[in-house]
Amino acid sequence: MITMENVSKTYSNGVTALNDINIHIDRGEFVYLVGPSGAGKSSFIRLIYREAKPTKGKIIINGRELSKIKERHIPYLRRDIGVVFQDFKLLQKLTVYENVAFALEVIETSPKSIKRRVSEVLQLVGLEDKAKMIPSELSGGEQQRVAIARAIVNNPKVVIADEPTGNLDPDTSWGIMEVLEDINSKGTTIIMATHSKHIVNTIKRRVIAIEDGNIVRDQQRGDYGYEV
Amino acid sequence: MTFASIAAVTTTLILVAVFLALVLNLDQMARNIEQDVQISTLIELTADEDQIVELGEEIEQIDGVAEVQFSSNDNELKSLIDSMGDDGQAWVMLEQDNPLNHVYIVEAGIPEETEAIANQISELDSVEDVLYGQEVVDRLFQFNNYARAIGMALIIALVFTAIFLISNTIKITIIARSTEIGIQKLVGATNSFIRWPFFVEGALLGILGSITPMAVIVGGYYYIYHNLPGITNTFRFIDLLPFNPFAWQLSGMVLLIGAVIGVWGSVMSVRKFLKV
Repeated sequence: MITMENVSKTYSNGVTALNDINIHIDRGEFVYLVGPSGAGKSSFIRLIYREAKPTKGKIIINGRELSKIKERHIPYLRRDIGVVFQDFKLLQKLTVYENVAFALEVIETSPKSIKRRVSEVLQLVGLEDKAKMIPSELSGGEQQRVAIARAIVNNPKVVIADEPTGNLDPDTSWGIMEVLEDINSKGTTIIMATHSKHIVNTIKRRVIAIEDGNIVRDQQRGDYGYEV
Repeated sequence: MTFASIAAVTTTLILVAVFLALVLNLDQMARNIEQDVQISTLIELTADEDQIVELGEEIEQIDGVAEVQFSSNDNELKSLIDSMGDDGQAWVMLEQDNPLNHVYIVEAGIPEETEAIANQISELDSVEDVLYGQEVVDRLFQFNNYARAIGMALIIALVFTAIFLISNTIKITIIARSTEIGIQKLVGATNSFIRWPFFVEGALLGILGSITPMAVIVGGYYYIYHNLPGITNTFRFIDLLPFNPFAWQLSGMVLLIGAVIGVWGSVMSVRKFLKV
């Protein structure tokens, strides 16, 4: 599903974010990405959805090598990858429904299937009765559910979540984790960067720990491993 | 800001239209005069009929000669008398003893070749002299070339200024919508999908900006076309391009330039926001 071979990333300011990374993530896996701030988790994620290019090495997603994808084909790669951020990145002027439908509109889905698919997804994240509200009328957890709905509405094979619970209180975080687990159980690969020791140690999954740009630990059903 | 860039396009296009109208009319005038340039080949008075016929054939064989017409000395005298009006009567007495030469009137196919053809004719036998307002023609060409170059330089500078202003306006719109664009890219929108609203906005700015200039062209040119001949009665050679279709063609051109300026401005400013 996702393979990185000898991947390094050095930014133009000379900072090396990742150093000779080798990793393989299978279809349907649920992977936690842990490590201190600035260790390279975000760079790892940005490389996968091709927001950044590796300085060295090969990244293969769904059998496609990213460095060989032409610039104008990147949008099509992105359609297979759903991305969720800590700050939700919702459009404040649009309703919940419109925010989710947005992801389908840009890939030019027919209005009829947009309607059906958006209702389905809103139901999945438990927001079907808040479809007409705008983000500022929702709680943080609800906003993150909208972002997740938007990320999965076009049935991506991978969902990448960069600290999706970072801005949420513990109770709300559990709700988000339930949604992510639900999506994962339907076969979608999930890669989640997190600082939540509690989540990682409770919902035991594969843990990849990154420190100073290196993978220092890769463990099935691992622990968070850092003191908070 | 939107108003400012429409106003910028409007100003630019009015100036562009004025320059275009001037340059095109100058061009037309020059061409009219060029068309009228003829080479008068004065035939030696001693030449007999055979030599005259032979000379005519030789002239016809020169490359670039479009038309050769013989004009006898009587004919020449008559047109001289006609052109002098009342004063011409003084010349009537010469009809008995015509001092003028027979003439071949030669026209060049391409006006620029006039000089070369005249030089070749002057080398032929039985030619006394070759006359063709050389100075006037050369100066006309030169003036026309300068006018065209200066006009084009100004037009290009104006067009770029307008493009710059439009691209700035659109850049502001884009910055306001950068979050939206970022999310669009995140969920897999193609660049063309993101680009087209800005494309439309640019074209709209350009087209809106060209409405006033078009009105100015049609109104202004109508006025000038119908009033200038009265004002400049003395300059007969000023023969403006006819209002219809010129004013409409110019309006169309201005509309097209406006739309291109708008689209180009928007494409320029969107481009850097689309880098992955």
